[in-house]
Amino acid sequence: MEIAENILLTIATASTPLLIAALGELVVERSGVLNLGVEGMMVMGAVCGFVLTATTGSPWLGLIGAVFAAALFSLLFGFLTLSIATNQVASGLSLTLLGLGLSGLIGEKFVGIAGQKLPSLYIPGLSDIPLIGRLVFGQDPIFYISLALVVGVMWFLFRTRAGLTLRAIGDNHESAHALGIGVIRARYLAVLFGGACAGLAGAHLSLVYTPQWVENMTSGRGWIALALVVFASWRPWRVLAGAYLFGGVTIGQLHAQALGVGIPSQLLSALPYLATIAVLVIISRNRRLTLLNTPASLGRPFVPNR
Amino acid sequence: MKRSLSVLIASVALALAGNVTAADFKACFVYVGSKTDGGWTQAHDIGRLEAEKHFGGKVETVFVENIAEGPDADRAIERFARSGCDIIFTTSFGFMDPTLKVAKKFRKVKFEHATGYKTADNLTSYNSRFYEGRYIQGQIAAKMSKQGVAGYIASFPIPEVVQGINAFVLGAQTVNPDFKLKVVWVNTWFDAGKEADAAKALIDQGVDILTQHTDSTAPMQVAAERGIHAFGQASDMIAAGPKTQLTAIIDTWGAYYIKRIEAAMNGTWKSQSTWDGLVDGILTMAPYTNMPDDVKAMAMNTEAKIRSGDLAPFTGPINKQDGTPWLKAGERADDGTLLGLNFYVQGVDDKLPQ
Repeated sequence: MEIAENILLTIATASTPLLIAALGELVVERSGVLNLGVEGMMVMGAVCGFVLTATTGSPWLGLIGAVFAAALFSLLFGFLTLSIATNQVASGLSLTLLGLGLSGLIGEKFVGIAGQKLPSLYIPGLSDIPLIGRLVFGQDPIFYISLALVVGVMWFLFRTRAGLTLRAIGDNHESAHALGIGVIRARYLAVLFGGACAGLAGAHLSLVYTPQWVENMTSGRGWIALALVVFASWRPWRVLAGAYLFGGVTIGQLHAQALGVGIPSQLLSALPYLATIAVLVIISRNRRLTLLNTPASLGRPFVPNR
Repeated sequence: MKRSLSVLIASVALALAGNVTAADFKACFVYVGSKTDGGWTQAHDIGRLEAEKHFGGKVETVFVENIAEGPDADRAIERFARSGCDIIFTTSFGFMDPTLKVAKKFRKVKFEHATGYKTADNLTSYNSRFYEGRYIQGQIAAKMSKQGVAGYIASFPIPEVVQGINAFVLGAQTVNPDFKLKVVWVNTWFDAGKEADAAKALIDQGVDILTQHTDSTAPMQVAAERGIHAFGQASDMIAAGPKTQLTAIIDTWGAYYIKRIEAAMNGTWKSQSTWDGLVDGILTMAPYTNMPDDVKAMAMNTEAKIRSGDLAPFTGPINKQDGTPWLKAGERADDGTLLGLNFYVQGVDDKLPQ
């Protein structure tokens, strides 16, 4: 029984950074901006979180610092694409490249230093309940934040006026502008939120998942988060399902290998990608609904003409 | 007077020019990863720095990091060849064909490729018998494990990795013939998160010793957290697990780099194919820690025997995984077979990806 709990805990750890980064990007894309810099912002969050923790001794400060650093970093993308209307794809890609390089530079002196782990929740009694205790009451704080974010983003996008406005901007920025909505300002806020989420996801890597700093430690997780947003057709709960499916199959295939099932490991390694794409494509198979959810202005630069 | 002044100026200029090109030999390094990766590339960079220090100002070393295996490698190596490098070290298996291609174009430049098998008149291949260390680790694992099961986090099914897995099992079997090894392939050299996941999966399935052929210290950290023992890889990983690491295989390329640069400088450099081991100092074992004295003594004894040549890990009788005989009693595997090793020996609890 303990092994089941351990497996579920490992899955939660593997899925959380994907979920958080994807939720941030979802809000950005819902506003009509395509930021391909998730990987770069995430790795900046990871390095800043680790460096701050190592220098101040407090992983909490590291966590907060990571969120702010990545949000600040995303402002660069915001300035390029929103203020001077450069190509979003190119700017996002350069943000990723810059992030990977800059983080290597910042973290150079911190490679190999033993990190400090963000303390997990512990409620005497509750956390000790067999099977579900640690799962529900004993995880790291970022796990709980990630679930709160799912609910928060759903509520914001579909239950508040600001969310409606954001979606309107993403669907047709000219009309939104004509209605007097501050398109650029709203998009800046969305990009900042996306950056903060990517930073939080990065901090999860360097403060919870593997408390250490190594160059390029995101290893493509930012790109997986980006793909999740598209395959989840811009719906938060589907992002949640996709992230946990991906994490679940990843961990599941490792266990299958350790058990010695006779399936080639290359196929098993590809399984998380195949399974996630298949399931998300099936749940998004209603073309009309998918089109309805796709931000129509996604990736198009906006220049106010009057 | 005027004349002597111009002579003076000319001689000063000459002396200055002489200063600028103080290093009359240039050694260049192409890395697949970053020089601070804490493992593979860092070990090569430490070797480079040792060589630079050894030759004082006489040798200039240059490196380029994060070169992807593929067309990028062609460009990086060719740029080095054009820029006046006298000898170029390319330090990843996947650089083999690009290095060969550039070597054919630049006949006067000397090339050295790590862990491959192709050579040319001006291209040497060099490698390290990492598996010797794995054999010692296997023996230690069998002594230290209470469950009799170890976990192995593997990267890609290439001969170098298969050698390691087989040597580990063969070492363990000398202590406990029933010892079991669970292998998990992560299909990456470097992904801290995935390596940690694999470590957790293996521990959840009952292994109590962990070893890895991937480059991050994440598995060591997980082992420390769960309170089991583990082995480090490529660099000493004791900092990640002061109470966890039993020993580590440390790649020490420095002496080799010094030897080859020296040969290239005095004209004795020849193309060759070397595969050095513990005895040549190209790999060393990190201090044997966190184990009882008798286990430590056994490990040191085995290490000494491998150094002296009394013991070779791949010595018969050895059966293949399916039970068919591979090596007869006393027969030693030849290097050609080992360099192309693509099957498991008996006792590995895994199906080798083909």
